[in-house]
Amino acid sequence: MNKPLRRVAIFCGLLILALLIRDNWLQYVQADGLRTDEHNRRVAIERYASPRGDIIVGGEPITGHTTTKGDFQYKRTYKDGAMWAPVTGFVSQAFGANQLESIEDGILTGNDDRLFFRNTLDMLTGKNKEGGNVVTTLNAAAQRAAYEGLKKQGGKGSVVALEPSTGKILALASFPSYDPSTIAGNGASDAEAWNKLQKKDNPNDPMLNRALREVYPPGSTFKVLTAAAALENGLYEDADQNTETPLPWTMPGTTTELKNEGDLPCEDATLREALRVSCNTVFGKVGSDLGNDKMLEMAKKFGFTEEQFVPVRSSASVFSEDMAPSEVALSSIGQFNTAATPLQMAMVSAAVANNGTLMKPYMVDELQAPSLDTIEKTDPEEMSKPMSAKNAQILQSMMETVVEKGTGTNARIPGVTVGGKTGTAQHGVDNSENPYAWFISYAKNSDGSSPVAVAVVIEDENAVRDDISGGGLAAPIAKSVMEAVVKGKQ
Amino acid sequence: MSSTTNPSTQHTSTIGAIGAPSRRNTELALLVFAVVIPVFAYANVGLALNDEMPTGLLSYGLGLGLMAGVGHLAVRKFAPYADPLMLPLATLLNGIGLVAIWRLDQSKRLQASSTFVEAAPRQLMYSALGVALFMAVLFFLKDHRVLQRYTYISMAGALILLLLPLVPGLGHNVYGAKIWIKIPGLGTLQPGEFAKIVLAVFFAGYLMVKRDALALASRRFMGLYLPRGRDLGPIIVVWIISILILVFETDLGTSLLFFGMFVIMLYVATERTSWIVFGLLMSAVGAVGVASFEPHIQTRVQAWLDPMHEFELSRAGVVDGIVHSEQAMQALWAFGSGGTLGTGWGQGHSDLIGFAANSDFILATFGEELGLAGVMALLLLYALIVERGVRTSLAARDPFGKLLAIGLSGAFALQVFVVAGGVMGLIPLTGMTMPFLAYGGSSVIANWALIGILLRISDTARRPAPAPATNPDVEMTQVVRP
Repeated sequence: MNKPLRRVAIFCGLLILALLIRDNWLQYVQADGLRTDEHNRRVAIERYASPRGDIIVGGEPITGHTTTKGDFQYKRTYKDGAMWAPVTGFVSQAFGANQLESIEDGILTGNDDRLFFRNTLDMLTGKNKEGGNVVTTLNAAAQRAAYEGLKKQGGKGSVVALEPSTGKILALASFPSYDPSTIAGNGASDAEAWNKLQKKDNPNDPMLNRALREVYPPGSTFKVLTAAAALENGLYEDADQNTETPLPWTMPGTTTELKNEGDLPCEDATLREALRVSCNTVFGKVGSDLGNDKMLEMAKKFGFTEEQFVPVRSSASVFSEDMAPSEVALSSIGQFNTAATPLQMAMVSAAVANNGTLMKPYMVDELQAPSLDTIEKTDPEEMSKPMSAKNAQILQSMMETVVEKGTGTNARIPGVTVGGKTGTAQHGVDNSENPYAWFISYAKNSDGSSPVAVAVVIEDENAVRDDISGGGLAAPIAKSVMEAVVKGKQ
Repeated sequence: MSSTTNPSTQHTSTIGAIGAPSRRNTELALLVFAVVIPVFAYANVGLALNDEMPTGLLSYGLGLGLMAGVGHLAVRKFAPYADPLMLPLATLLNGIGLVAIWRLDQSKRLQASSTFVEAAPRQLMYSALGVALFMAVLFFLKDHRVLQRYTYISMAGALILLLLPLVPGLGHNVYGAKIWIKIPGLGTLQPGEFAKIVLAVFFAGYLMVKRDALALASRRFMGLYLPRGRDLGPIIVVWIISILILVFETDLGTSLLFFGMFVIMLYVATERTSWIVFGLLMSAVGAVGVASFEPHIQTRVQAWLDPMHEFELSRAGVVDGIVHSEQAMQALWAFGSGGTLGTGWGQGHSDLIGFAANSDFILATFGEELGLAGVMALLLLYALIVERGVRTSLAARDPFGKLLAIGLSGAFALQVFVVAGGVMGLIPLTGMTMPFLAYGGSSVIANWALIGILLRISDTARRPAPAPATNPDVEMTQVVRP
C-alpha cells in the first residue's frame, strides 16, 4: 500500500504548493494593484488617518481639520469656504476630491514621494505622519473684494485677478459658490448637502468653477485683442489713425449690416475712439480685413484654444478656424463662436498691462514639507509675447481712455491709472437669452508697472443690452478688486 | 520505512526489544515554542491596539500552557511513542488562531454589528473541550483497530450526522449554506466536521475488507483497470451522498471533501489509478451538474470568476433572490494590502470582511497583518501536519491503520486547500473553516479528536515490538541469514 501512499503524499504536497503559489501571486505580484484599488476602503482610511496639510493664502491657512468618529479620523474644514471654493476645491470622505485638493493631494496627505525620506524617519521615530502645505499666490483682500462684489450683485458671475508681471493669480472667485465644509464628511448631512449641490438638483450649479471652467462669449472685451492684432499686423500704426470705416458697414460676402449698439460716432473713427465707445463696425472690419488666420494666430498667442493648467485645469477658450469673412467679423467683436473663460480675458488684460508679455498664470507659489521647508517653488514663466512693448503701450493708452471718458468710467480709481474695456455679450438663439456683462481692466503704478489685471463676468438677469451693463455691473467689482491689491501694495 | 521511525521498528526479533526513542522531550520543547509564540502575538496585538499589555495576557498564556501541558502529559502517559510534531503544531495553530479571533473581537467595526459576540473566550472554551476530547481519545482508544469493529455503525452514524442539518427545526441556514444544526441553549454545531472522522473510520473498515475484490476483479481497458459493475456500488453510493449534500445543504466544500477523501482511500486500498480517473470524472460531472440548477453554487462561482462584479452587485444592493456578498473581494483586498510582510498585528482592516471574518475568512486577517511571509508559514505548518499524518500512515503496520491515517490526513489537506484556496480566490468559496485557526466549536473539537486518532495510530506504529519470544524457529532463521 505504500506506493499509492507516497503518491497521495505528493498530491497533498501539490495542493499546498498551489496555495503557496496563489498566495505569492496575490500578495506579491498583485499586491500593489489590490492595495491601491480605488474601491479598497483602506485607501480612504489611510487618506484620512492623519491630519491633512493646509492650503495657505497670505501666510494664513484657509483650511483646517477636525476629528470625526468612524473609519475616518480626520475631516477637512474650510474658513470662508464658499469664498475660497474655486481655489481649494473640496476634499470629502465620501465624495473624493477635486481641483487643488486633488492635484496637490500627495503633498497635503504627506504621501508624495518627495516626503518619503521624512516619512520613513517619522515612522522610525514613532512620529505620526503629517501632510505638507500648499502656499498659494492668492491675495485675501482681492479675493474678498471679488467675492463680496459678486455676492452683492447677486447674479451668477466670476472674477479673476492676475499679477501681470508674474502671472500670479490674485483672486479667483465664482458665484454662487458652496462651502466645501458641508460635504467634507461622510455622514447623512454631507450626502444631503452633496445632492443639493448637484446641477440636476440645483440649476445655479454652485460647484461649477466659473472662473476656470465656464466659457462665455467675451463680447466687446474681445475688441482689445482685435485691436492688438490690428496694431501687430500693421493694419494701423497708432491709436489715433483714421480707420476709414464706413457707417453703416456691410459684412463682406453678405448683405447684412453690422449694427452698433445705439447711434455711435463710429464713422471713420480712430481705434481709440472705436474702443472708447465700443464700435462693432470698426472692429468687425478690422477682423475681416485681417482675416481668419491672423486673428486666430493672435488669439492663440493670448492663450485661446488651449487648456491652461494653473495647476487646476481651465477649459480651453474658443476662436474658430475656417470661418467666412462675415463670421470672422462677428468673431472679432467677441460674438459668433468666440468664447472665453474669465481667466482667459484676465490674461488678455494682463498681457497688455505687462507691456505685451503674457506670463503663465499660476496659483501655487510653493509646496512645503510639514516642517515648512520648501519642496518646490514655482517661478514665473513667460508664456508668449503677443505684441511688442510699443504696441502694448498704444493699447494701454486706448484702454485708459475707455476708463477716463468712455464706457468704463465706473472703474476709475483716484490717483491710480486704470485701463479697461467693457463688454456685453449676447447669446442664445437669436440673442434671446440674457446677455453677459463683462469688464476687463488693469491698474498701473506711476512707474508704468502694473500690479493687477482683472476680468469680471456677470450673467445677470437684469442686464440691458448695451455696453452700459458691462460698465455698470462688472466695472465696480473690478474696481474694488484693483483697489484691494493697490492698497495692499502701498 | 521512513527516517523518523527507527530502523529497529522494522523489527527483526534480535533487536526488537531495544526501544525507539519516544521523542517525548522533543515534543515538550516544541510545545514551549507553540505556547510562547501565541503569547507574544497576543501581547503584540494589545500593544498595537491600545499601547498596553492586554489584561487577559496572563490568563490566556496560562490557559494555552495548561492545555498544552495536560495534552503533553496525556500523550506521555497513554501514547508514549506517538509522533512528537503533531501536538505542538496543533497547539501553535490553535493558539495563533485564538490571538487572531481576539484581535477581531477588538474591532470597532465588527462590534457595531448586531450579531457581534466576543468569540475569543468561547473559542478558548471550545479549545479546552477539544483537548479534553483529544485526551479522551488517547485514554479510551488503546488500540485504533478497535474502531474496525464499528465499521457499519460508523456508516450509519456518519449518515445521521450529515442529515441532521436537513431536519426541520434543527437545521440552521447561514447565508445559504445549510451545514449547521441549532441545539437550543447550547448554540450551533457543524455535524459535518465530526462526520469527516466517522466516515473515515467507515471507509477504512470497509475498504480493508473489500480491497482485494475491488483491486483484482477488474478488466483492463485502454490501460485502465475497469472495475466490475457490482464493485462500482460503493463509490456510486458515496458519490450520490456527496451530490445530495451539495444539493440539499448547498455546500460545495463538504461535498468535495467527502468525495475526495473516499477517492484517496479507495486508491490507496486498491492501488488502482483508474479509481482516481473515475473519481475526478464523477466529481466533475456532479459539480457541473448541480451548479447548472443550484443558484447558490452559481453565485459562488460567479463571485470567484469576477469578485469585483459581485462586490458592486452587493454594494448596489441588487436583490435577485440570492444574497450577494462583497466578502470575496474584501478578502482579496485584505491579502493585497498585507503585501509581503503585512501590516503587523492589529494594524490591518480585515474586519471590513464583516460576517465570518473570524471563521471562514480568518486567513485573510493573517494575510493582511502577517503578510505573505506569515501566510506561507501557516500553510507550511498545515503541510507539516499533513506530512506527519502521511508518515504515520506509511509507518502503520496494519491496513486499517494505514487507511484511516491517510484518510484523515488527506481530508485535512483537502480541507485546508478548499478553505484557503477559496479565501484566496484560487477556487470558488465554500463554507468551511481553517482547521484549528478559525472560530468554530465543532471544527476545533473535531480536529483535536482527529489529531488524537492520528497520534494513537502513530503510537502503535512507532511502538517497539514486544520482546521476542524465545522461538527456536526464529533463531534458526536468523542463523541462516547472512
